[in-house]
Amino acid sequence: MNDRVVFLRTQSLEAENVLSHERAVLVTEFYRDLLPENEPAPVQRALCFKHILENKSLFIGEKELIVGERGPAPKATPTYPEVTLHSLEDLDILNSRPKVSFEVSEETRNVYEQEIIPFWKGRTNRDKLMALMSPRWKRAYEAGIFTEFQEQRAPGHTVLGKKMFGKGMLDLINECNAAMDGLDFDRDKQASEKAAELKAMKIAAQALITFAYRHSEALNELALAEKDTARRNELQHMAAVCQRVPAHAPQTFHEALQHYWFIHLGVITELNPWDSFNPGRLDQHLMPFFAKESAAGTLDREQARELLQCFWVKFNNHPAPPKMGVTALESNTYTDFALINLGGVKADGSDAVNEMTYLILEVIKEMRLLQPSSMVQVGKKNPDRFIHKTLDIIRTGFGQPSIFNTDAIIQQLLRQGKDIEDARNGGASGCVETGAFGTEAYVLTGYFNLAKILEVTLHNGFDPRTQKQIGPETGDPLSFNTFDDLLQAYKTQIRYFADIKIEGNLIIEQLFATQLPVPFLSLLIDDCIANGKDYNAGGARYNTSYIQGVGLGSVTDSLAALRFHVFDKETISMEGMLEAIQNNFENYGEFRRELVFSTPKYGNDDDYADQQATQTFNMYFEAVDGRPCYRGGKFRINMLPTTCHIYFGSVTGALPDGRLAGKPLSEGISPVQGADHKGPTAVLKSAAKIDHIKTGGTLLNQKFTPSFFDDPESYKKLTALIRTYFRLDGHHIQFNVVSADTLRDAQKHPEKYRDLIVRVAGYSDYFNDLGEDLQNEIIARTEHSE
Amino acid sequence: MSGGILFDIRRYSVHDGPGIRTTVFFKGCPLNCLWCHNPESIMPEPQPIKRCRQLNGNKEWVDEMVGRQYSSAEVMENIGRDLLFFEESGGGVTFSGGEPLLQTAFLLELLSLCREAGIHTAVDTSGHASAEAFKEMAAQTDLLLFDIKTTDNKKHEAFTGVGNELILSNFKSLNGKGPAVIVRIPVIPGFNSTFEEMQAIVKVLKSSQAKIEAVNLLPYHRLGRQKYQALGMQQPPVFKPETTPEQMQQLMGVFEEAGYKVKMGG
Repeated sequence: MNDRVVFLRTQSLEAENVLSHERAVLVTEFYRDLLPENEPAPVQRALCFKHILENKSLFIGEKELIVGERGPAPKATPTYPEVTLHSLEDLDILNSRPKVSFEVSEETRNVYEQEIIPFWKGRTNRDKLMALMSPRWKRAYEAGIFTEFQEQRAPGHTVLGKKMFGKGMLDLINECNAAMDGLDFDRDKQASEKAAELKAMKIAAQALITFAYRHSEALNELALAEKDTARRNELQHMAAVCQRVPAHAPQTFHEALQHYWFIHLGVITELNPWDSFNPGRLDQHLMPFFAKESAAGTLDREQARELLQCFWVKFNNHPAPPKMGVTALESNTYTDFALINLGGVKADGSDAVNEMTYLILEVIKEMRLLQPSSMVQVGKKNPDRFIHKTLDIIRTGFGQPSIFNTDAIIQQLLRQGKDIEDARNGGASGCVETGAFGTEAYVLTGYFNLAKILEVTLHNGFDPRTQKQIGPETGDPLSFNTFDDLLQAYKTQIRYFADIKIEGNLIIEQLFATQLPVPFLSLLIDDCIANGKDYNAGGARYNTSYIQGVGLGSVTDSLAALRFHVFDKETISMEGMLEAIQNNFENYGEFRRELVFSTPKYGNDDDYADQQATQTFNMYFEAVDGRPCYRGGKFRINMLPTTCHIYFGSVTGALPDGRLAGKPLSEGISPVQGADHKGPTAVLKSAAKIDHIKTGGTLLNQKFTPSFFDDPESYKKLTALIRTYFRLDGHHIQFNVVSADTLRDAQKHPEKYRDLIVRVAGYSDYFNDLGEDLQNEIIARTEHSE
Repeated sequence: MSGGILFDIRRYSVHDGPGIRTTVFFKGCPLNCLWCHNPESIMPEPQPIKRCRQLNGNKEWVDEMVGRQYSSAEVMENIGRDLLFFEESGGGVTFSGGEPLLQTAFLLELLSLCREAGIHTAVDTSGHASAEAFKEMAAQTDLLLFDIKTTDNKKHEAFTGVGNELILSNFKSLNGKGPAVIVRIPVIPGFNSTFEEMQAIVKVLKSSQAKIEAVNLLPYHRLGRQKYQALGMQQPPVFKPETTPEQMQQLMGVFEEAGYKVKMGG
């Protein structure tokens, strides 16, 4: 790391997370004073976007090479009142909560009180959305059966493909014009809607160009005032870069990075989509620029490294917009999930690992930043060296990169009906979510609490916590004669709640399609321009809506315990089991030990237990997969929790596996914390029994102490471990390499561990920023593996 | 189908031979080494052990049995579970103990079943077995992990309960046609942690025709001591002073000079 990068990195690490009211003020100004009432929604949204980009303050930092901030300064984070409005109470919570807080100044509070709240109260998308949900949806939501991703944030989750590294905004405007010319107003009844969308896209494209020109002017002014010759030259060069991109296709490595960065800012300024935005297969996209400039002698490896490092800092300057309530609980982190993909295969199916892959791996290792996240795609065609270089980073305990199975991702995409080349150009984003990059709108819609549904099944549709009948009466468990009776009841409940979730999603998707279209994002994803249709309305080539299942390990162990003790061995009656969980195992200490220590558990390659995992998985799959979404695509499942297993655990009573009420559920498809005791091969075998190809991503966490990484021989063994899991179609595995003592010390002396990053569940986070319960859970997991 | 008594089958065992391995622990050992860190391996029959279970901070001691009868089919079923991991890593199965040769018929059956299934095998042995059993085993095994503790017969008897004649003659019987051999030497302070001891072992190695792939020096540790208590066995002596890493390096040098590949640990 050179001095410049050290400076920028330190600045980014030390910047305070501050709430900025600038965007809220501009948006309010627009909707209050400037809104052209007669224009259709896409044009209104594009003009709002233009208003922000023409008027927001610019930030150009000392020593920067890549410029542009979403807010007025690094980590100054805007709000999106058209989506969700923060009350004064919310602002006070944000300002004072111990984790993932944002400093709220007196001025911001006043602006909110006087301008923002009076205008938006009762008018936000969140208000409209909640008003549209049915009573049964609300009962299930309040009980903690599922969460709703679009409640405070816009649909997104998408990733940029190759296209934008070969095109500028002016090219896209030409494409919009061509599409406009092709409209048939006599025969196509949607032609006028399409014309409006294309008009909106053109406004949005032009707005981003203007934004870049504003930077160019500011850079030229700075250059004029700059005394230092070297910096003056840099500033002039940067000004020229901002003149070229994003208006035109990038020609140099520097331009490519700045080009993407403006596009990124555009997407996260237009709305607050989940998972921000993501350049996707960065090594593939950048290699041609690097190769061309290396050959011409205009850029060496060290210069490329410096530019990449400056680019990395930019991601780290942008925390996820502030989340409240359930949204904060399900994704309690500053991370905004831009997951850089490396490796994998090219469109023609050949090994895609290149020189840029290795350079970016070095950058990840050196930078050790929370954002962007990173992953490697490993397929049968990629060399072991690629895995070894990845293990070199993982062993430092930094929790990145996570490791994905390219061959499984491609099969998943093909099963969903994607073209083979689109599938090969895909990858994973967010935590572990499969998508076709640049061609697909794949939207996560919320987590689904499989464990809570089992609890409700055991209470004949009644939720003991909210004291409401939230599900159908599927029978008093005392009347179940066989284990299969219980499974049938559970299946009915899963189906019922999936129906409710999907019924809500269809309304919410329509709401975003009609009220909050995203003309700027639509420019970037094929085939929105050709279809004259918005990303949120089904304009993309492929459309998928995901519901993310949570608690597979907990459910599996609970079902195994019921089958084992109540039906097979008859060590306890159903009545006894119900009494035990209703009393949170008070006076059932002996039986609870039996459950914890002497009952078949998922994660040990034990078919008796694992059968319940595949059964539950299949029930969930059948309840969701293939059902139509509003945007013209299908609903699919994936299995990941972010931090939702903690929230879902907090609303779920004691379970038959011995888990106490309120404690976290298992995360992803990992075994219950501490339940696996036959080593990693057994965990992988258990996890591979569900059919990963039928999902859009699964998450498996495997803890290792540094001792598993101590010589070349152990690298080979870990590589074999990964490759075998992938032969079994496993989707993803991540390693957490850290000792429990280190973590305990970090809990006591957080100040000494400001840079300590741990893998949480599909993403990494600063240990200091985790809630105490999650910290404890990670310590417990670590201890178990030592 | 015959059977035998095992006290554990451990997967992702990465220190008992090449690649990812499953280690099958035979119960029962003719030796009684004073430094043994697997005391539950010594008695041939199943026996009770006290184990601590901790749940929400509450500790509880319970009696469990260590060791039970397995059929060869059950063992093979367990081994087969990690077949793909063996294939990817060049691993396989290691029969350890205790002394696997104490249950010769069971061991030979498992070895032959593995050979049929194409699974790489290793046997971790003290070498203390009849010449006939040893020879049969060696003919069926891909890799031998052969323990040599000392060349001094009297000392051997004093510290392990048996003399080393059988061990050394079995070692001598190995030749170029037999399995690859990794010699494993536990380095015990006050017993064999000297240059002289190591040089004497080098002489034994030099006089043999065996395909010696490597020599592993295993440092003494006291991790197994709690288990003696849990098994109701008398505490073994503590060997002192601890061998320093530098001393270990020097002892490894003896084998390096003699032209062997040496590693610390298994």
